[in-house]
Amino acid sequence: MDTKVEQIDASMDALAVNGVSHRFGDFPALDNVSLTVSQGSFTILLGLNGAGKSTLFALITRLYDNTSGTISILDHDVRRQPTTAMQRLGVVFQARTLDQDLTLKQNLTYHAALHGLGNREARRRADAALELVSLSDRAGEKVRNLSGGQARRVEIARCMLHRPGLLLLDEPTVGLDIGSRESVIAIVRELVETHGLGVLWATHLIDEIKETDEVVVLHKGKVLYTGTVPGLRNHTGADNVSDAFRALTDDPMKPEAA
Amino acid sequence: MTTKIVEAAKASARKASIIIDRAPEPHGVFAYYNCFKGIVWREVLRFLHQRERFLSALVRPLVWLFIFAAGFRQVLGISIIPPYETYVLYETYITPGLLGMVLLFNAMQSSLSMVYDRETGAMRTLLVSPFPRWFLLSSKLLGGVAVAILQVYTFLFIAYFWDIQPDWPALQLGIGEGDGFVGLSIPSPLNGYITVFPAIVLAGLMLGALALFMSSVIRQLENFAGVMNFVIFPMFFASSALYPLWKIRESSPLLYELCWWNPFTHAVELIRFAFYGQLNLVAFLAVTGCLVVFLGAAIYAYNPSKGLIGRRGGPGAGPKG
Repeated sequence: MDTKVEQIDASMDALAVNGVSHRFGDFPALDNVSLTVSQGSFTILLGLNGAGKSTLFALITRLYDNTSGTISILDHDVRRQPTTAMQRLGVVFQARTLDQDLTLKQNLTYHAALHGLGNREARRRADAALELVSLSDRAGEKVRNLSGGQARRVEIARCMLHRPGLLLLDEPTVGLDIGSRESVIAIVRELVETHGLGVLWATHLIDEIKETDEVVVLHKGKVLYTGTVPGLRNHTGADNVSDAFRALTDDPMKPEAA
Repeated sequence: MTTKIVEAAKASARKASIIIDRAPEPHGVFAYYNCFKGIVWREVLRFLHQRERFLSALVRPLVWLFIFAAGFRQVLGISIIPPYETYVLYETYITPGLLGMVLLFNAMQSSLSMVYDRETGAMRTLLVSPFPRWFLLSSKLLGGVAVAILQVYTFLFIAYFWDIQPDWPALQLGIGEGDGFVGLSIPSPLNGYITVFPAIVLAGLMLGALALFMSSVIRQLENFAGVMNFVIFPMFFASSALYPLWKIRESSPLLYELCWWNPFTHAVELIRFAFYGQLNLVAFLAVTGCLVVFLGAAIYAYNPSKGLIGRRGGPGAGPKG
């Protein structure tokens, strides 16, 4: 497989989803979904529970394949080049996915091994990643002893170990107190600013959106809007994002609006 | 307070020295080895950290050995059947069956935990690794077997003091015979502990593969009791673990057929013969065949484009998500 250093073209999309549909039996979970996350962009995937956010994440992470449309991560199609695509992807799942009985460091080195890294390199990167989320002093402790916010930060550290170009976060702040929420968001925003990562951040919390973010509104499996935050307000004629979202999703007359 | 946290987070994120050259990781043989080692090591670590699981994995077969077998010794007479060359005590007879039980419980626990242990979502984490799925699943399977081996030998160690020991002539690794023998001669009981090893591995893999396949098709389980009732108990009782098959045939030919077609019977017989340095060819072929079928089915089921997960909305990603 390729060992050459890859040239990253800045114009390349970190994530490109094109015309993806998915059904569970008769239930259309996703209907012709298209969206892009460019490098260095913090993109909010805004949708209520049941909008299809987790299904989309399951498809991007290849829990199952998209049967229609294409999904590519930094120009690598997840179906045709799964290995290279997955190497460039970091994920924080909605559910807590750390081993409670293992230490922070053991959790991180396990993940590094899943990406083929050797012991020494794994430990080096685990140290650096813990520093990134200000948890170096807890490295030898069991995850069980951490607060929810700290565990989330470990998961962010973990998804950075293999140096991905795209981060997916599925409602990462659910169940966190205000302070933890802010620090989790701050860390990820910092990664975007300083390292030019592309981030897709799924949420239903309007107050996590910043004026400079890109927004994708997903509702009942359909993309109703993609673009900037001011653009969303203009599009709907609303004063704030909350009203704009409500106007988009409640209006029975314009279900196809995009 | 809050701003302080945020500023600290930002500062450390900025100065952290890793990240991001985005060079693809090398994916040679060593990378595969690292991945395999990591998966097995995690299984072992987790097991060692869960003391209750270790304890119950040990107590379960010991209760059968110390209490059940002692009570049943008088009820059930075992005649001389291969591989035994003399009359054996009932405790000796059921030991291979109990080893099978250890393997069975371990397989169901480690694989099916993925179905109901949504708290950890460990399977999702495993499956986003860039390595091929067949490799990840096989590594996971071997990790489970490594844990089972720890349990099996701990059990055998305790059983040793209960006089459950393989007793057959020394295992001779070398060339020549009699006085002209050159090589390593391994006396009993050590020989049996060595020859049983490959049987344990093979049987463990087969049962693990079965459980892995089940974990992909079963979407939800209330708890472990369901698995006990519908899988473990029928497999364990309808087998040669507790009573020789000819005894069963005497009471019910139908049940005999059922036991004969039960893969677990062959796992137990493979272990029983290996414990005495013999290869039961039928059992070996049956176990190997089942392993190939179950593992193939599991890999198929976890394959994102062919498998059943997508259509059913598999682990951790229901249609409501």
